[in-house]
Order: sequence, then C-alpha cells, then structure tokens
Amino acid sequence: MANKATIVTDPHPIFGKLTWDSIPYHDPIILTTFLVVVMIGVGVVGAILYYGKLRYLWDEWLTSVDHKKIGIMYIIAAFIMLIRGFSDALLMRSQQALAVSDTSGVGYLPPEHYDQIFTAHGVIMIFFVAMPLIVGLMNLVVPLQIGARDVAFPFLNSLSFWLFVVGAMLVNASLFVGEFAATGWLAYPPLSGLEYSPWVGVDYWLWALQISGIGTLLSGVNFFVTIIRMRAPGMSLMKMPVFTWTSLCANVLIILAFPILTVTITLLTLDRYIGTNFFTNDLGGNQMMYVNLVWAWGHPEVYILMLPAFGIFSEVTATFSRKRLFGYTSLVWATACIMVLSFMVWLHHFFTMGAGASVNAFFGIATMIISIPTGVKIFNWLFTMYKGRVRFDSPMWWTASFIITFTIGGVTGVMLAIPAASFVLHNSLFLVAHFHNVIIGGALFGYFAGLTYWFPKATGFKLNETLGKWACALWTIGFFMAFMPLYVLGFMGMTRRLNYYDNPVWNDWLLVAGAGALIVLLAICVQFYQIFASIRDRKKNLDLTGDPWDARTLEWATSSPPPFYNFARTPEVRDRDQFHFMKEHNLAYKQPESYSRIHMPKNTWAGIVIGLLSGVMGFAMIWHIWWLAIVSTAAMLISFIVYNFQKGKDYYVEVDEIVALENEHFAKVAQATDASEDGEYSVRQRGTPLSMPA
Amino acid sequence: MNPVLRLAIIPLLLMLGGCEFLLFDPKGPIAAAEMDLIIFSFLIMMIVVIPVFFMTFWFAIKYRADKKDSEYLPNWEHSNKIEFVVWVVPLIIIVILGVITFKTSFSLDPRKPIESDKPTMRIQVVAMDWKWLFIYPEQEIATVNEFAMPVDTPVEFLITSDTVMNSFFVPQLGSMIYAMAGMENQLYLIADQTGDFRGLSANYSGFGFSGMKFKALVKSDQEFESWVSKVKSSPTALDSSTYKALSVKTKDHPVEHYATVNPLMFNRIIEKYTGAQNGQ
Repeated sequence: MANKATIVTDPHPIFGKLTWDSIPYHDPIILTTFLVVVMIGVGVVGAILYYGKLRYLWDEWLTSVDHKKIGIMYIIAAFIMLIRGFSDALLMRSQQALAVSDTSGVGYLPPEHYDQIFTAHGVIMIFFVAMPLIVGLMNLVVPLQIGARDVAFPFLNSLSFWLFVVGAMLVNASLFVGEFAATGWLAYPPLSGLEYSPWVGVDYWLWALQISGIGTLLSGVNFFVTIIRMRAPGMSLMKMPVFTWTSLCANVLIILAFPILTVTITLLTLDRYIGTNFFTNDLGGNQMMYVNLVWAWGHPEVYILMLPAFGIFSEVTATFSRKRLFGYTSLVWATACIMVLSFMVWLHHFFTMGAGASVNAFFGIATMIISIPTGVKIFNWLFTMYKGRVRFDSPMWWTASFIITFTIGGVTGVMLAIPAASFVLHNSLFLVAHFHNVIIGGALFGYFAGLTYWFPKATGFKLNETLGKWACALWTIGFFMAFMPLYVLGFMGMTRRLNYYDNPVWNDWLLVAGAGALIVLLAICVQFYQIFASIRDRKKNLDLTGDPWDARTLEWATSSPPPFYNFARTPEVRDRDQFHFMKEHNLAYKQPESYSRIHMPKNTWAGIVIGLLSGVMGFAMIWHIWWLAIVSTAAMLISFIVYNFQKGKDYYVEVDEIVALENEHFAKVAQATDASEDGEYSVRQRGTPLSMPA
Repeated sequence: MNPVLRLAIIPLLLMLGGCEFLLFDPKGPIAAAEMDLIIFSFLIMMIVVIPVFFMTFWFAIKYRADKKDSEYLPNWEHSNKIEFVVWVVPLIIIVILGVITFKTSFSLDPRKPIESDKPTMRIQVVAMDWKWLFIYPEQEIATVNEFAMPVDTPVEFLITSDTVMNSFFVPQLGSMIYAMAGMENQLYLIADQTGDFRGLSANYSGFGFSGMKFKALVKSDQEFESWVSKVKSSPTALDSSTYKALSVKTKDHPVEHYATVNPLMFNRIIEKYTGAQNGQ
C-alpha cells in the first residue's frame, strides 16, 4: 500500500529500500490473496515433487526450445494472468457500483488501492494476457504453417519466453511486496516521476515492462526472420497463409515499435534513478515528449494485438465455409496498409493536449483512413461465407460474434478519431468502452477462435464443442452488458478512473455493467471447465489424422500433436491452400518411401537461467539493492558467454526414430474412416469428428 | 446538421435518462456543434454497418452447411465488382467524414476566439493537488472549485497546472483541454443558457483525482456582477501565504472565494517551472 511508511529515502546497504513495512500484511484483501497464492504454489510444487515430475518438467518444458511447447507455455501463462487481470476488473466494477458519494471513503477500496488496481488491470491485460496469447499462437502455428522445423533462433525464443515470465512475476510480486504503480497503465509523467510517485510502484512498472518488452522485441526479430527465411520451398510471399502474413506484419510492427518503448522507459528510469529531467515539470523536462513517445509505441501495439487476430478469422472463416478465402490479395494489401498507417496516427490519443487545428486534422483523417482497409477485411470474411457451406463449430461462433461486436467498436473508433468529437469524448467512459470493444470483441475473440481451432493441433484432441459455444455466448452477452452502459455513461459525462462520484444516475448503469462483468466471469469459468472436461474426455475427441476441421493450410498436413521436428520431409508448396490442394489431388496422407536424418536444436538451460537472473536484477533495481543488481547482471552476462562457448547445441534425429514416429502417425490415419460425407466435396477428407472411431 | 436527424435521435436518448446525457444537453454552441458531429458521424457510418449486420445474419443462415440447396462455389475467391464496392463505399464515407473532420478541426479549435458583440472575458485556471483554482485577472478575484461566467459572453480560459497533468472539462459547455505545468493552454467557450453545470478533471492525476470536480455557474450579466461582489466581500485574499497553504495536497476541497489576487499570479505559477530554463 502506498503510504508514507514505504518511502525509504536512505536505502540499507544490504536490503535496499526493502523493510518489513513493505509487506502489506495489514490489508485483509491482499493477505487473503497472498495465502491463497502460497497454498496453490505449495500444492503445485508438492504435486510435482510427489509424482517425481520435476526432471520431466525441466527436460521437456522449462528448458525446451520447441516452438510448440513454448507456445503452449505462453498460453498457459496468459490464462493465469487473465485470472489476475479479471479479478482486478471485478474489483473495479464492484467499487464503482458501490461508490456514490460526494466525498472519498466510500465503497471498500480507497483510492490508494483502487488506483493501483486499474493500473495493474491495464498493464496485465495488454502485456501479460493479450501479448502472450498472440505470441503463443504465433509460436504454435507459424512454423507449422510455413513448413519449418522450428523458429530461426530457438534459444532466443526460449529466452524471450522467460523474459516475459519474469515481467509477469514482477507484476505479481508487487501485490505482496511493496505496491504497484498508481498512475494509469501508461504511467504518464510527471505523475510517474519521483516527485509525485516516490514509492516503488512505478519502479515495478518500469522493470516489468522493460524486461518483458525486450523479450517481445527479441520474439519479433525471431519471427520476422523465421517467416522471411524459413518458408518451405515454393511458398512465395503471396502463397503464405493469411495468419502468417498478419503475423509477419505484426512482427514488423514489434521490431519498429518496441524499441521506442524501451527507450521511453529507459528515460523515465533515468529520471527516477539518477535525477535526470527528461519528463519532469521543471528544469526543461517535457511531459508531452513522453506522451508522444509512449503512444508512438502504443498505437502500433494495438495493431500488434489486432492484426494476428484478423489472420485467425481469415483462416477460420475459409476453413469453416469450406471455401477459398475471398479476396486474399486485397486482404494482404489491407494488412500492409494498416501496418504502415498504424505509425501515423499516434496523436489521436491526445487531441486534447492542445496541438494546433492542422495537426489534429491530419491525425484525425489518418486515423479514419485505417477504417477503410479494416472495413474491407470484414467484407472479405463475409464474402468468404457467401456461397460457402458454413459450419458453425465454435471457432465460427467466435467469428460471427466478432464481426458484429468489432463493427460497433470500429464505428465508435471513427467517432473518436474526429478531433472535435474527441474534445468531449476523450478520457470518458465512452473511450473505455471503445477500446474494450475492439480489444475484447476484436483481438480476444480472435484469440479464443484461434485457441479452439488450433487446440487439437497442439494436443491431439479437440475442445468440448458444447461448452465452447456456451463460453462464446456468455462472453458475448457479458461483453455487451458490461460495456454498452459505459458508452452511455460517456455521453452522461462520466470520465474514467473515478474512485467515487456524486451523480446517482450513473449508478444504475454501473450496476448493469457490474452484472455484465459477472456474466463474463461465468464465461471464463465455463472456459476453464471446458479445458478440464476436454482433457478428461479426450478419448472421445481424438484427432487421429491431424486434420480435424477439414482445414486448408499446411499445419494440418502433419500429425496432431506434430512430432518435435514438425515435418518428416519438408513439404513443397504448390498452392496458397496447400493442404487443401494436397487433399484435392490425392497427395495427402501418403507416407514417403524414405526419410533422411533431421538437424534439430538441443534444449538449453540458458533461456530459463538468464531469464530468471533478469528477474533478480529487476527486483534488486526496484528495491535499490545495488550489490544484488550488479551480481545478477554479471551472472546473466557470464551465463550468456558460457552458453555461447558451449559445444553441441544441435544434433541429428536418426532415421530409425523418424520412421517409428511416422509409422505410428500413419497407423492412426488408417484408423480414421473416409469422411467425404455425401460425395459433395471432391476433397478426400479423413477424420472429421463424425467419422472418428470412439 | 439536419434538424430532422437530430429530432429523430434526441427523443430516443432522452427516453433513456432525461437530461442526464450531458453531451446531448448542450448549454453552448460549441458543445452543440460537437453533439451534432457525434450524431452525424454515427449516422453516416450506418451506411456500412447496417449492411454488415444484415449480411452476417443472412449469409450465416442462407449458406449454413446443411442448406444443401444454396449455391456452393468452393473455388470462387475473387470478384472485381465486389472488391470495387467494398473499397469505394467506405472510401466515400471517409472522404465525407474527412472533409468534416478538417473543417471542424478549425471551426472548433479550442484556441479559436469566439465572435460576439460582447467582449471576451478571461479566466485563468490552475489544476492543483487536488482542486481547481480560478483566477479572474480583470476582476482581480479568485475562487476554488467553482467559477461563474456571464451567459452569451465568450470566455477565454487560460489553463495550466501546478502539479501533474489534468484535463479541464465542462461537458455541457464543450471541449476539454489538458492542464500541464509550465505551459499555458487556451480554450474558448461560451454558454447560451444560464444554470449550474458540472465540471471535472478528465485526466487521472493521483489519489485525490475523483474529488477534482467543480461547478460552472452560468449567470446573467447582473447576477454575475453580484457574484463578483460576493466573492470580493470574502474575508480572505489569495497571496503567497494563502497560496502556499492551498498547495498542500487535499482531497474533496471545499469551494473557496478570495477577495483579491495578484493579477500576475497565474504567470508566476507558470514561471515557477519555466524560469530555470529561461535563465531567470
């Protein structure tokens, strides 16, 4: 909790600013959470030790450089952080539902606590839920879609993942040791400067974002190189699946945008640690510079989250409409347009700062132009359904829900892009409703569609369809109930981040929004139950062939889950919908006559060790424990050097092993019956769920 | 905008909650123009949105997998006609909105003086932790968390901050603008109806942020004069010692009136931050 007791001006040589007062044991909410987390942690560790799985965990997962396993770990971490971020959302909704009063001290969360919650909610949902979900899906899918054996830099991929995990761990540590930033998720100075936030909260924010941001940047480089250099022979750029295309554009954005974040955070860090004046009120500091820089990263970031979701919808719509994607070329160009334009619109986040009319007009119009390629995409998906055979499996439910929800978000986005309208809508709950509308109804629904779609590829069995449809329906209803009232409240003049308010009329709408949040809670519970039930009943939903949806792209040409080397023989690509082409020309499910040995990277300790050491360094910097910061930084460097001089980082998979794995796969394929339901589809498609032996 | 359209939308909103829709209950021409802009942009986008909704449901029903009698073209993937329509229709809408955006960016620019037969009045606004200070340099009075202005008189607000960033916002009068230390932002507003209107900070500024609300009192000329005399009769003056006391962080600060104020105080507050870099 931010109180005077936690400001330590004279750090201890060994413990830095850390004292017993840093631990908020007097707060019942935090204490209870802490005890629950400790109990879960002890339970998990105990179970791992009891079943003797520590070795397995270390060898097969924690040190893995396999992009599929790293992808799965990203997604698991994202769901854990979703629980935290969504708990924050429930706390905010309940506080605002209770807090009608003229003066502070109402509800159950004082501003000192509430302000940390909305900051943590934003940071967690963007950096530690949305980002790992999309990086996880890219990890899982992109190398398979382009017929590669792994990413270009497997060790770097492992390091990226652990840097991300460390960022998430630092945010969580702030709950129990010290406090988190109470500045809003982008920590605008001078509020985030030392003068106005002398507590360690902002330092947690700085180091969590700095470390995980560098992880994301490394991921961006990795995937950019992977997509450019490692595509299967024959896969020209215009034969790449759309998800790979949108991932490529997202990674270009990461490479160009994340360094801006790194530098901005570094400057703020210097302000707080060594007394520079980049963003202070006085001595020539310029807060407007920070706001410009942070949004020069922040707006492309929105499209880093959004573009891959567009890719997912493209894959899903084509597969479930049993049709080629309509307007592939224009979809690719629309994506590229959005990629370029996303760097030209950052000022629309602060039309109210007082730039001149011509500057505002330029950025307003530039922003609106983005809606053209985005609109084109929506029409392309609709015309993919047109004259198709649309199957409404749960990924398609998410897609349909997305089209409706996201269109509304697009409309409110264009409204906000008009500077003169933004002058009354900015920082209101209308704005809050808008960005949740596009991030939940756009990005998140896309990730859920993608998770459902690719789940069998990752695990070998499908998720429970009935529960998946329930989750989608509840999420959609919950979303509309939770956020449509916020649009209304924006028109009523309610601004964001209020801890209490004196207008009783607002309360009715906030109660509806609170009820909506509870429906979303139910939806999330259904999703967790869906995962549990699907694992329990996995034998009923096995994917024997590797192609449970009658899908079109290359990732479905290998088994589910794929062998660690992905493809026993690198496929040669002839068509944009390569696997569909193979099925049509009776080339699918043909075991090659011979194999050759495969060159693969070995697992390594270096990613997790360097990652965790960066966490120690971050924690030491936050608490001004200088000796520990120096020691852990040195240890990181030494680990890196040792790793680089290590011999035998790679090996060959021998033909015997490949033959054994491949025979197993083709034996399973043979078990699946021919599924060309009534002969209407010319494609020889095996193993849709209808025909799968129990 | 077309008054017919406005008539169609407003009753719907009023049914939902009466006059509580502050943005649709403007008390000045700037807020009214901004309301029109919001409504117009919403309506013009319906040209695309309604077909999208319609097509989503229509295609989902008509081309469901079990509707075997619907046409099925598995390899159909391109149509110049459709591509043309889906690029050009949004483009036309954006061209229209772009022209409007361009025009309104200038006509509703916060810095654009408002034409009127009455002379423009000046109010200086200082965001503090966590209250709003209003200085009347012409009347030489100051108030906290409440200001008055005469109806139909253009007011030039000069806005700064003596702390972190805030945003000065009276929803029913129109545009908001950021208050930043060491800088002077400019905002012209005018009210065409009398009344007491809500004002608040629209940019989070720390633990006392939720209490940074104020009343904007729009009065007839006569009432405004008597309000000024009432403030002038206040026992306290805003000098450097009372300002220092006011600078202490407070939450839910009560309304205060100061009978006199140094007319240069606002500039001093700004110079506090810029002075050093100007070598003063």
